Amino acid sequence: MPPKSRTALKEKANPRDVFTGAYYIDGDVATAYGAIAAGCKFVGGYPITPSTEAAEAFVRRAPYADALFVQMEDELASIETVLGASWAGKKAMTITSGPGYSLMMEGIGFGAAIETPFVIVNIQRGGPSTGVPTRAGQADIMQAKWGSHGDYGVIAIAPDSPQECFDLTIKAFNLAERYRAPVMLMADECVGHMTEKVIVPPADQIEIENRKAYQGPPGRYMPFKPDRDLVPPMVKAGSGNKLYITSHLHDEKGYPVEKSGRGAFNKRLVDKIRLNADDIIDITEEDVEGADVVVVAYGIASRVAYKAVVEAKKEGIKVGNVRLITVWPFPEKRIKEISKRVKGFVVPEINYGQIAFEVERCAHGNADVVLVPHGGASVHNPEDILDAIRLAAKGKGQHKGTIEFETRLAKRIFPSGLKPKKGEGE
Amino acid sequence: MRVLRIPLDLSKHKVPQGEVHIIVDRCKGCGYCIEYCPNDVLEVAEEFNAQGYHPPKVKNPENCLNCGLCEVICPDYAIFTIQIGEKEAKLATQK
Amino acid sequence: MEHSIQIEETIDAAETRLSMEKWLRMDRIPHIWCTGCGIGLTVSALVRAFDKLNLDPDQVCIVAGIGCTGRVGGYLRVDSLHVTHGRAIPVATGIKLAKPELTVVVIGGDGDLMSIGGNHFVHAARRNVDITAICVNNFVYAMTGGQVAPTTPSPAFTNTTPYGAYETALNIPSLAESAGARYVARWTALHIRRMSNSMMEAIRKPGLSLVEVVSPCPMYYSRINRLGEHLETMKFYHENSIIKHGEPTENLKIDFQKQIIVGKFVDKPTGS
Repeated sequence: MPPKSRTALKEKANPRDVFTGAYYIDGDVATAYGAIAAGCKFVGGYPITPSTEAAEAFVRRAPYADALFVQMEDELASIETVLGASWAGKKAMTITSGPGYSLMMEGIGFGAAIETPFVIVNIQRGGPSTGVPTRAGQADIMQAKWGSHGDYGVIAIAPDSPQECFDLTIKAFNLAERYRAPVMLMADECVGHMTEKVIVPPADQIEIENRKAYQGPPGRYMPFKPDRDLVPPMVKAGSGNKLYITSHLHDEKGYPVEKSGRGAFNKRLVDKIRLNADDIIDITEEDVEGADVVVVAYGIASRVAYKAVVEAKKEGIKVGNVRLITVWPFPEKRIKEISKRVKGFVVPEINYGQIAFEVERCAHGNADVVLVPHGGASVHNPEDILDAIRLAAKGKGQHKGTIEFETRLAKRIFPSGLKPKKGEGE
Repeated sequence: MRVLRIPLDLSKHKVPQGEVHIIVDRCKGCGYCIEYCPNDVLEVAEEFNAQGYHPPKVKNPENCLNCGLCEVICPDYAIFTIQIGEKEAKLATQK
Repeated sequence: MEHSIQIEETIDAAETRLSMEKWLRMDRIPHIWCTGCGIGLTVSALVRAFDKLNLDPDQVCIVAGIGCTGRVGGYLRVDSLHVTHGRAIPVATGIKLAKPELTVVVIGGDGDLMSIGGNHFVHAARRNVDITAICVNNFVYAMTGGQVAPTTPSPAFTNTTPYGAYETALNIPSLAESAGARYVARWTALHIRRMSNSMMEAIRKPGLSLVEVVSPCPMYYSRINRLGEHLETMKFYHENSIIKHGEPTENLKIDFQKQIIVGKFVDKPTGS
């Protein structure tokens, strides 16, 4: 277990960048304010519904915070320009949604391979391809981890309110700088377009982190030689270090190599996140001790599930609530611990099952997993989640596999004619 | 300019007489047909249509020459003209 | 100098109307475009061009991208593909190469066809694939709310350039000519009959043809820049557009509220 990162420079936010006050704004605008408060100085973006409001809010405030926004010609250009800005020393971010996220996957893999700190905000929307631009969805969450080709590690964070959009954007930048890795802020259109009260605290209450600076003599710098916490210090272009950064498989000096032997470079990319997981994982739990059923959710689905949990408690079911703030790395150890003591998990998601399979994998058959899917373009009906909780409470906790709960919406639109074979779930 | 002479075969020159038809509920009130009618046939109506816009209304029906410009310039396919006969041409300087 | 245009015969307009309606999905009219939007006029001109060419609706294919202009496919009663953002031209290339007897028309906005699809446009012009591209230029990304586009003239205001656009505006006919397009024309939405004739010529001509249509955007470009709404923009086109056929394309850039040169600029024999 590597030691915690010591030399990342922690400091208070710059008061010029923090627009302290109480606002009534939506999640997109809160993300932009959070980015400026975290010290983000460069955003390369491309308009895509539902995330354009974030870019527009950023560009309006950017001159006051000495930041720069450039609208690029497409998403491919946006992500590459963010990488360039990050290597030139500025904190950089891009804002997009589903179709743009798919286009950026090559750039994300590139950024992960050359260990660039950057943040991508993905305001998820409905449906594959163009989908439903103006409605919510949560179906990109697996793509956040496995989207690009090859092995690498990422961190994904899911806010559930505009206030969290502000706070978690700052946290996303801090994690990106600490681990020199891509961090995805996986909001959804519902949270992005929801207008709520957001309180921006004074600058001395906001802590930001900067990337580890290289302390040795110039010319001896090796861009990919890690410290004991698996994260190398970073310099910026133009500081006399004659960097050679390649997307090819490379060694510690940055020169391309043919074999993945010395330095075990791509294993370190994965280990950097996986072995530091305890430091990164952030979940909130409520009433999990002594519960029969635990609801595991993230993003807007967790807010809808909260209503179902409250109703279920009134009926006497012992229900607990786990909200994933960091979705990747997944809290495997904690879910495994909880699974030994509960009858079942209920996982509501606005997709046809992505994190539910992770929960099932970590539960190791100790508990049922009931997935409450949703096709996107709206949020769950709390009655469905309540029924799923009741179903999980009645179970014996010995089920193998995920039970897919048939929601009211599914019954109305897709009358189920196809029944799964016996033994393959109910 | 005062007309000093009228052509002798004036009665042989005929121009088409057109009639304007407006599909009122398709109109979005842009006003292009009113603005670009060469003969000032249309004006803005006081009433609203079902979408809440003010559609055009025929002001001078006898002026319509079936040129078809309103039909071509309407973005919403809400107006068209048909020819209902011919009439005598008028000199531009005559009233 | 203005070339003489053909006087259209005044045919019975009711027949014209009915034949227009055979090209439109009448169950979806009224369409979603704003009051006075130039896209409605572009569709009107395109349908008249199809009609005059006596094309068989079953042999016409429309490929449109994302944006306000991309919705055209949903209103024309022909085989239409509404593809992802910017990829209309490669899809059209695939359709045309697989079934060359179809008439393939690509419709896109300035953002869809020239920004994210700019790369595809340049290579399609080099490849001289026999499609017609109609680019409706309203100087912004309208559907997503009025962001800056590559054709936005400096110093116009848009949502993502709240302090004024600063990049050089793209000169679409010049780009098309230097990439190798065979027919390049530009008209404003007001020149409705000339635009329709141009579209006829463009569809008839083998090779890549481009017709650029300068269109008002009453909701975003005109309103944010205090240019009035649709009618004022059309009056502006009336007073400030000048027809110059054959003008060299490097003189054709559109500056903010300055003269717009329209006409047919490039009409090269194919195969050269």
